[in-house]
Amino acid sequence: MTNSWTDIKNTDLVWIMGGNAAEAHPCGFKWVTEAKAERGAKLMVVDPRFNRSAAVADHYAPIRPGSDIAFLSGVVNYLLTNDKIHHEYVRHYTNAAYIVRDDFEFNEGLFSGYDEEKRSYDRSTWEYVMGPDGFAVRDMTLKDPRCVFQLMKKHFEIYTPEMVERVSGTPKDKFLKVAEWAASTANGERAMTIMYALGWTQHSSGAQNIRTAAMIQLLCGNIGIPGGGVNALRGHSNVQGITDVGTLTAAIPGYLALPTDKEPTLEAHLAKRTFKPLQPNQTSYWQNYPKFYVSFLKSYFGAKATKENNFGYDWLPKVDVAYDALRMFDVMHQGKTTGMLCQGFNPLMSIAYSGKTVAALSKLKFLVSMDPIETDTVRFWENHGEFNDVDTASIQTEVFMLPVTSFAEEEGSFTNSSRCIQWKWPAADPYFESRKDIDILSDLFVRIRKLYETEGGTGKDPLMAIDWSYENPLEPQPDELLRELNGKALADVTDAEGNVIRRAGEQLAGFGEMRDDGSTDGSMWIYTGVYGPKGNFAQRRDNDDPSGLGVFGNWGFSWPANRRIQYNRASADPQGKPWSEAKKYMYWDGQRWTGPDVPDYVATIPPEQATGPFIMNAEGVSRLWVRGLMADGPFPAHYEPFESPVKNPIFPAIRGNPAARVFNNDMEIFGDSSEFSIVATTYRLTEHFHFWTKNVHTNAVLQPEAIVEMSEQLAKEKGIAMGQLVRIWSNRGEVKAKAVVTKRLVPLQVDGKTVHTIGLPLHFGFIGETKKASPINSLTPPVGDANSQTPEFKAFLVDIEPVSGPVA
Amino acid sequence: MNMDLSRRAFLKGASVGVAGTTLGAFGFGGVEAAYAASVKPFRLTTTKEARSSCPYCAVCCGMMIFSAESKAEAGKMEVTHIEGDVDNPVNRGTLCPKGAAAIDYIKSKTRVKYPMYRKPGTNTFERVTWDFAMERIAKLMKEDRDANFIETNNDGVPVNRWPTMAFLSGSSVTNETGWLTYKVSRGLGMLQIENQARI
Ligand code: SF4
Repeated sequence: MTNSWTDIKNTDLVWIMGGNAAEAHPCGFKWVTEAKAERGAKLMVVDPRFNRSAAVADHYAPIRPGSDIAFLSGVVNYLLTNDKIHHEYVRHYTNAAYIVRDDFEFNEGLFSGYDEEKRSYDRSTWEYVMGPDGFAVRDMTLKDPRCVFQLMKKHFEIYTPEMVERVSGTPKDKFLKVAEWAASTANGERAMTIMYALGWTQHSSGAQNIRTAAMIQLLCGNIGIPGGGVNALRGHSNVQGITDVGTLTAAIPGYLALPTDKEPTLEAHLAKRTFKPLQPNQTSYWQNYPKFYVSFLKSYFGAKATKENNFGYDWLPKVDVAYDALRMFDVMHQGKTTGMLCQGFNPLMSIAYSGKTVAALSKLKFLVSMDPIETDTVRFWENHGEFNDVDTASIQTEVFMLPVTSFAEEEGSFTNSSRCIQWKWPAADPYFESRKDIDILSDLFVRIRKLYETEGGTGKDPLMAIDWSYENPLEPQPDELLRELNGKALADVTDAEGNVIRRAGEQLAGFGEMRDDGSTDGSMWIYTGVYGPKGNFAQRRDNDDPSGLGVFGNWGFSWPANRRIQYNRASADPQGKPWSEAKKYMYWDGQRWTGPDVPDYVATIPPEQATGPFIMNAEGVSRLWVRGLMADGPFPAHYEPFESPVKNPIFPAIRGNPAARVFNNDMEIFGDSSEFSIVATTYRLTEHFHFWTKNVHTNAVLQPEAIVEMSEQLAKEKGIAMGQLVRIWSNRGEVKAKAVVTKRLVPLQVDGKTVHTIGLPLHFGFIGETKKASPINSLTPPVGDANSQTPEFKAFLVDIEPVSGPVA
Repeated sequence: MNMDLSRRAFLKGASVGVAGTTLGAFGFGGVEAAYAASVKPFRLTTTKEARSSCPYCAVCCGMMIFSAESKAEAGKMEVTHIEGDVDNPVNRGTLCPKGAAAIDYIKSKTRVKYPMYRKPGTNTFERVTWDFAMERIAKLMKEDRDANFIETNNDGVPVNRWPTMAFLSGSSVTNETGWLTYKVSRGLGMLQIENQARI
């Protein structure tokens, strides 16, 4: 989230799309209710289903799954053609004025630089024109035909309300009301918040969905202000923290990067990422990348990291191929993976195309599951009839099921979707023989290192180089680990004038104190400050809110720098004055930036210096045009899902997202609309959390079995009665579920065709207390978003038929 | 800080207040003592309380978790009751149907109690010791790492990667666990590392 759960109460308009907060995040949704009740805020919901959030909305518009970019681009076009934008914000706080290279083009759905065979772009034409002074060229009048603003007008003009209706199936008047309401906030007096979740990310154009939403918020001036923002609700309890820590294929904690083969030296790695400003006087905060990187290396390799050995850079693994989950299972399916550790993870349920997943798991030599509960994955070798029909005897995988403590039996910190790091204290002892993840992994690591010490082996040096100087190497304490994440001074740290600002041995108070000469450590710069010289701020529990704006600055610690609203300098105009009394937040008081939050800015830079509010960007402003930073285009474009009931009505020659990866270019894996005419989408129910709560008695009683939601029209067409068992199949597999025939779904008219959508809650499997079912991902395609590789779970094709038998 | 004033202490104070004033004020005299003796102690007064966090979604609702001596395992504390943390500014004491039932997760029938092991080709899990499991996993990993670890690429650049081992890291573990998980998996040279952020 750019803002926070409690900040939602400051909004005037809530737009929920690509999520269903009332159902999936009920206790956070209460802040929407608060804004409605206390401020008279309006709520609008755009979703394929009239869902629980829609049920309490002031306006609901239906949409066909997978057509979000057409809809959102329609709103962008509406704002531009009706001149309903926040002019000063757009001119000064976005890159609308930047001039793009002459050779950039967009034709028939493709941007310049496309390579069809590689399914990827050469992005060099997507750059700015650079001036002789080394800075990017701008036209502050926004009139130059090659400036971002003019290119945008042209690019989005095709997304008229009529086109939105044709592509998305949303009746024109319902679409227009959404656009008008959004436009009502483009003035600095009113704020709109956008709330989304996996309904936007789980598409082959997922990242561009969110980007288009961000563009709308920038055109309206809704980023950096109370009650504004683009707010990801997020899934798992600590998915924010674990993303920050970066247990991902090519990440280093705090959004730094693992080296690649093309960066043989530390210098080469840093040079590529230390971005110089593209305008004079800009902060371009990534200029500090080397300080964060070296501090990480000092923390990771400890005393072994020295200036002479480039702080141990050579010991780090270098990335040749990035392994996202889809690729991991593709490689495993090819028999190239020996072992896998699953920590609180149930891939047989959660990875696309379960048939391939079970075949891949069967090729492992060993599988280790670390989980408080049994998962379907750890029993993948067991035959459960039609729900997991495997030949047990032929599966040669060795399987370990290790008992892990539950959430209540351990302590440590979680980072919620508001980026707030909060401590939890242990409430009970470990259940039976269960052990903490930390202790299991430490035990394993220490054992493996001992084997290398005694027997030697390949890659011994990098393994022995890892710093493991915990008080008890077999049981590192959460307190020690959080201190390590925060970082400390290894020698006295001085400022530019030579004054000592941090003594050797002291914890760092902020990442501004980090140095690139080896005098500081700290595994994750963005968390620095959470455990500074004054102690563990994740444990702070002061719930005072003096400003009344839901800031709660002394509750836990929000990264970065305890900031509750990101980009908050943008809550004031270029002169430093609040855009309006109603939206007053951070402002210039003549001496410094002040207000209820921590400024997202150097507090003493005066407005006259014209330093932009988006300090992480080399431009100092936000990007309506992303240059080469996204794989599939500097602007969004509407591409159909890989499985779609219609040809792309705007760019008929293009199937799917042209820059999305298709393994071996294997289009056969996708079903065609001539065979599969019904759109399916998956989602959660309020009574269940993913695949855990089928093991939880109360939740299994509340929602005991797999269901499929469908419209009355479709049920009639297929001869399906309420409560009847239904077979649902795609080009990859099949599942069975009980029919819920409902008015919540209606057929839509798309490009002259009637399109039906069915809804599939994802929670059911063959382990636990709920009735046995096949994994819902038996149906889904193994294709991901072009940027994030998040699988396309939210729009694919199926067919359905009733299964004869008693109706219950 | 709020946590210093534990809810248990507060409730103790409150219940003494009730016995000492309300009943007394009605003048029941000796009846009062008999009645007070017949009332079972309020269950929360005998429990230990900890502030925790819901394990499910990223609202991270604050929880108050109460525990008492375990009935199943002598000498251990077990969870007896969970409710929303009234002090948490986000959830303000509320929990949804998942958080409210979280005690059933802790006591799930499919909770794993002991390390279990399935031999290749067999149809069952057998109980093993921690030592057996850890020793065997360490050996399997070492064998494969020795066989497949790549120290340098074709150009002689050190790359130190182990391409044949995968780690799926959970997104419901603490930040501290996540960091340690990072250190172990990356430290061994793995690139096949993924968490639930992407799916
Ligand atoms: S109680 Fe419900 S809303 Fe709150 S964190 Fe848990 S799952 Fe999310």
